Amino acid sequence: MKKPKVGIFDFACCEGCQLQIANMGEDVLSVLGSIDVLEWREVMSEKWGKKLDIAIVEGSITDPHAVKRIKEIRKRAKLLIAYGSCATIGGVNGMKNNFVLDDIRKYVYGESYKAFPTEATKAVHQVVRVDYFIHGCPVYIPEVVTVLKAALQGIPYYVPDYPVCVECKLNENVCMYDRKVTCLGPVTKAGCNSWCINNGNICYGCRGMVSNPNEKGAQDVLAKYKIPVDLILNKMNMYNKCRELG
Amino acid sequence: MKKKNITINVEYLTRVEGHGNIVINVKEGKLDTCRLDIVESPRFFEGMLRGRSIFEAQHITSRICGICACGHTLASIQAAEDALGITPTEQTIKLRKLLLHLEILDSHILHIYLLVAPDLFNVKSFVPLISSNEDVVRTALRMKKTCNDICDILVGRHVHPISAIVGGFTKLPRPKDLDAMLDLLTGMRHDMDATVALNPYLTFPNFERDTEYVALVSDDDEYPLLMGDIGSTDGVRMNKKDYRQITNEFIVPHSSAKHTKLSRKSYAVGALARFNLNADKLHPKAKEVANEIGLAPKCINPYMNTAAQLIESVHCLEDAIAIVEGMKNNPINYDEEIVVGLNEQHRIPVRAGNGIGAVEVPRGILFHNYQTDENGIITHANCIIPTNQNTGNIEYDMMELVPDILERKEEEITLAVEMLVRAYDPCISCSTHLLNIEIKR
Repeated sequence: MKKPKVGIFDFACCEGCQLQIANMGEDVLSVLGSIDVLEWREVMSEKWGKKLDIAIVEGSITDPHAVKRIKEIRKRAKLLIAYGSCATIGGVNGMKNNFVLDDIRKYVYGESYKAFPTEATKAVHQVVRVDYFIHGCPVYIPEVVTVLKAALQGIPYYVPDYPVCVECKLNENVCMYDRKVTCLGPVTKAGCNSWCINNGNICYGCRGMVSNPNEKGAQDVLAKYKIPVDLILNKMNMYNKCRELG
Repeated sequence: MKKKNITINVEYLTRVEGHGNIVINVKEGKLDTCRLDIVESPRFFEGMLRGRSIFEAQHITSRICGICACGHTLASIQAAEDALGITPTEQTIKLRKLLLHLEILDSHILHIYLLVAPDLFNVKSFVPLISSNEDVVRTALRMKKTCNDICDILVGRHVHPISAIVGGFTKLPRPKDLDAMLDLLTGMRHDMDATVALNPYLTFPNFERDTEYVALVSDDDEYPLLMGDIGSTDGVRMNKKDYRQITNEFIVPHSSAKHTKLSRKSYAVGALARFNLNADKLHPKAKEVANEIGLAPKCINPYMNTAAQLIESVHCLEDAIAIVEGMKNNPINYDEEIVVGLNEQHRIPVRAGNGIGAVEVPRGILFHNYQTDENGIITHANCIIPTNQNTGNIEYDMMELVPDILERKEEEITLAVEMLVRAYDPCISCSTHLLNIEIKR
């Protein structure tokens, strides 16, 4: 069987999700053994520039040049995988959309701000069609392997559309609300095995909102613990501001 | 001899989504332009922090860089705690030092192998090595994974650590965790020996240019990485609160990135800077390696930064082992586990403040500075990353290097300049991206 041709591309992001691949250790050799990586700027200099079976795309679309580039990649790729929160939901880059663009540009770059073209942050699927989503900041390696297997076999992968709480309960964590802090687990898509709560921190919503959140239940929780709605909305906007772009 | 006209453009993308170029223009045999443009990525982190809670700063700024996530975390926490007036406990400080050792070790190993191994085995990049030198690749990946596994135990994960927060740790290692970390660390010694054994194969060009080196300094016997004053080889010593007088950021007309200077026209940060200022405080095993390599302060060959990274790797591994061994003998106080969230329960007293973090991360000293209002909301934020501090110094190095090698072939000039920039380890991807070269005559 001919190995599928794969390209790995990055846009606005910290490149930590690519690094997660290196963090697989020697297992990465098995993954690389089943695909033919032809473009990967993180570690390769060679440019392929031709048709690809799979394009793995990390990062958000934040400037006109990136829009052009992602459209060109989409044209070349049979399948496109949005890889990591910046790509799947806009992620932390979306916080920029909380501000008037020219104001935030001036704040960071002063009078020379016009040298840095930028536009509202978008997730990849808000610009081109996406076939697979691997959420997370960073991505969760077991899920990466599952999605890659699905993509290689040409079968769909369905991101869990139930809240992180489901996994959190199975992990027998004490609820963060019972520990008197707010947590986005109840409205965030599962699939990370409640990674952050297992380690004593709260859920920040990095995997995106579930499509049908239990709003009544959430309102009850907020009322029970006397939590202002603004506080929760502000937290959602750390990773999920781009959802407003539709 | 015919006077040469040469234009060399090396284009690559930098770690933080930015775009960087090396541009060398030679007109009629004379160096006309020689510069490294690093265009900082327009991700607007400092802008985005405004209006967020100081208790969210670590989570957000960790996302500046996937490689230095733990470094940004530690600088961010230090700045936030400084603003809030919190003094961390001894136990917290020890765990943070352990985390920083792992960060530096992880990054140096990746860089040494990505940088050195391809040159050593005469291949273009790391990927062809998988078939030609699988053992080397496996050593590198094994060491990388070990650092990662230890971080999993200590802070949940290496890329964007979970449990290291303002006020301490949300989860503290159990006795079995300490055992596991110690096993992994001591198990790495074998691969570290193999890495040190690569040393005789490392060849560094003979190039020297005297400059000012800047790093943390202290009065105790510890090699300062997490805490200290800011010092320089020109004799400067300042408290971190005066960091702006160290960096003196200024705009240069040809580049949109800000440059820094202290006593001279530029300064350098990173492993070599730390070695030049604090070599006598290294772990004895690291000193041995320095002796073998023949590296002694003050070394002014910028290519030797890679050698300094190798020496620091040994130091970080050995000191990490010592820290964990110490913790095994001195039981952890689990009462210090802290759940803060957004400080909804006001567990940590909040005040208006101005805090600074100055931490030695793999590529040099990193500054975070936050101002907060009385509710702990960030009103102003500033981060100065090591690569920005090195940019000016790299340019002055190039300006001195290039005229000396002008008679060589363009490929050789390009390679020498590439290697110079790589030696500063602006970031792993920068180093490899530099292989994208365009030469116009």
